[in-house]
Amino acid sequence: MQSKHLELSQVGIDFPTPKGPFTALTDVNLKIAKGEFVSLIGHSGCGKSTVLNIVAGLHQATTGGVILDGAEVTTPGPERAVVFQNHSLLPWLSVYKNVELAVKHAMRGQSKAQMREWVMHNLELVHMTHALDKLPSEISGGMKQRVGIARALSMQPKVLLMDEPFGALDALTRAHLQDALMEIHANLGNTVIMITHDVDEAVLLSDRIVMMNNGPAATIGEILEVDLPRPRERLALADSPAYNHYRHEVLTFLYDKQKKIEPVSQHRKAGSTKVKSDNKASKSSDAA
Amino acid sequence: MSKMTNILSIAPGNTPAEGVLGRIYQRAPVLLLPLIGLLMFLALWNGVAKNIDTSLGEFPGPAHVWEQVGVLIDEHAVQREKAEAFYVRQDERNAARVAQDPSYQPKVRDFTGAPTFFDQIWTSLYTVMVGFVIASVIAVPLGILCGLSKSAYTAINPLIQLFKPVSPLAWLPLVTMVVSALYVSDDPAFSKSFITSAFTVALCCLWPTLINTAVGVSSIDSDLINVSKVLRLTPLSHLTKIVLPSSIPMIFTGLRLSLGIGWMVLIAAEMLAQNPGLGKFVWDEFQNGSSESLARIMVAVLTIGAIGFILDRAMLSFQRLVSWDKSSVLR
Repeated sequence: MQSKHLELSQVGIDFPTPKGPFTALTDVNLKIAKGEFVSLIGHSGCGKSTVLNIVAGLHQATTGGVILDGAEVTTPGPERAVVFQNHSLLPWLSVYKNVELAVKHAMRGQSKAQMREWVMHNLELVHMTHALDKLPSEISGGMKQRVGIARALSMQPKVLLMDEPFGALDALTRAHLQDALMEIHANLGNTVIMITHDVDEAVLLSDRIVMMNNGPAATIGEILEVDLPRPRERLALADSPAYNHYRHEVLTFLYDKQKKIEPVSQHRKAGSTKVKSDNKASKSSDAA
Repeated sequence: MSKMTNILSIAPGNTPAEGVLGRIYQRAPVLLLPLIGLLMFLALWNGVAKNIDTSLGEFPGPAHVWEQVGVLIDEHAVQREKAEAFYVRQDERNAARVAQDPSYQPKVRDFTGAPTFFDQIWTSLYTVMVGFVIASVIAVPLGILCGLSKSAYTAINPLIQLFKPVSPLAWLPLVTMVVSALYVSDDPAFSKSFITSAFTVALCCLWPTLINTAVGVSSIDSDLINVSKVLRLTPLSHLTKIVLPSSIPMIFTGLRLSLGIGWMVLIAAEMLAQNPGLGKFVWDEFQNGSSESLARIMVAVLTIGAIGFILDRAMLSFQRLVSWDKSSVLR
């Protein structure tokens, strides 16, 4: 029973294009246990988001399917709440009302007082009760993402789906939110699927890291079990050989086995991307 | 601007008096430059007007026009007095008749004097509002439908593109005939000229609102639509919680454009339909051909401009009130 909480079997998807169907994903098989924290990692365009959207029900798989607690997933629903990359709060509603909208629709038939309590409870989880009446445009990016997480949690999802939830945040804010997410996960024990680009984030947060091959016809390349004891402390882990081993495994997969064959060095632009692309370039030349 | 005044008020050693003076100093260009522009315009107008001789005399300069503003206000006052006197006489006459013969049913008639300039302004405002409301009631729901459904948009778009550039003057004869044929009543609540004008305005007001609403609705952030799907909002909730709020800024942009067009169209429509508003005032003065006519028309021109400006500002204030996106409504 434990291992059959969420099951993706033979999942594949074709997108119609003028030149005929384009196979974005093929033969994705994954079993996720209740309360497990799984990260999807891979290069851009490898179909991570597509996998997440299929589990969310926002995309329909062309082949195979997703089964959650014995029922097939066909439509989106609050039991598979999504935290979107750019928070996607409704800009005309206050922090409180944004969460309340989700509570009202996920908990029909509750009394007003119960709903209010539940909204407050979820905002407390992400430490956002001080800004109840602020509009999303009046709070920082990190706070918006906190509210986005509170909104998703308030739906009491069986599975929490996070699409690069901290990708748009600065490193310090990201670290704060990762800690907050670990705390919430420890307390509530939700099943979480998170897409990330960040190797440290994946190793720090996950029970398993699902590494995806490059598309087209992307699929799961390797699955890495992260057997680090919880609660995890980012400072303590920085010097841990086990942590660095996992980190190295993921890096090897991404930059050696699945190196993105893109003319990076030709298209290189000055500035912040330079260091990264230099790394990639040297790695790929090493491999060659 | 507000940023500037902020900086000023935080500046160290700033006494309140300095603050006020400083604020005036800061605002001076904002107040002074339009004034300079206005004075230059008046001077130019005055100079040019003296050199244009028409069959109705010299083209009116600013002074001449200002004089006519006074005359129009006086005419209004005189007409109001006449009306009051008429109603007093009527009441007295009716009271006398009733005193003589208790079974007499007193007849109350409306005063039938010519409408004054201010009556005509009111008629114009009323007519344009009715036309605008009719157009909005049709255009907003239709625009939402077009924004939500690609098929509806594809079906309706050619019609929008076809009718959008049509001048009100082309519609007017058709509307006039249709109103004459369909609006048959012994005791009409509205005059035919009013209905013709209002519908012509409505026909021209439809398009900006329709197009902007459709664009606003169809450009809703796809993440917000996904939120709606994850929450399993009913179609009605989806409409009221997601679609309408998120397209309100665009809807209002359309409504403002529509009202501006409606006000321009109205003057032409009133001229031809003989609806007793500002358009008819201009037409009547033109036909009248007295030496004062051009000055009086000029008063109407400036009034039309001023009212158009006020209508736009009113819509803008209303938009600021209801719209969440404060950045989209600066101009």
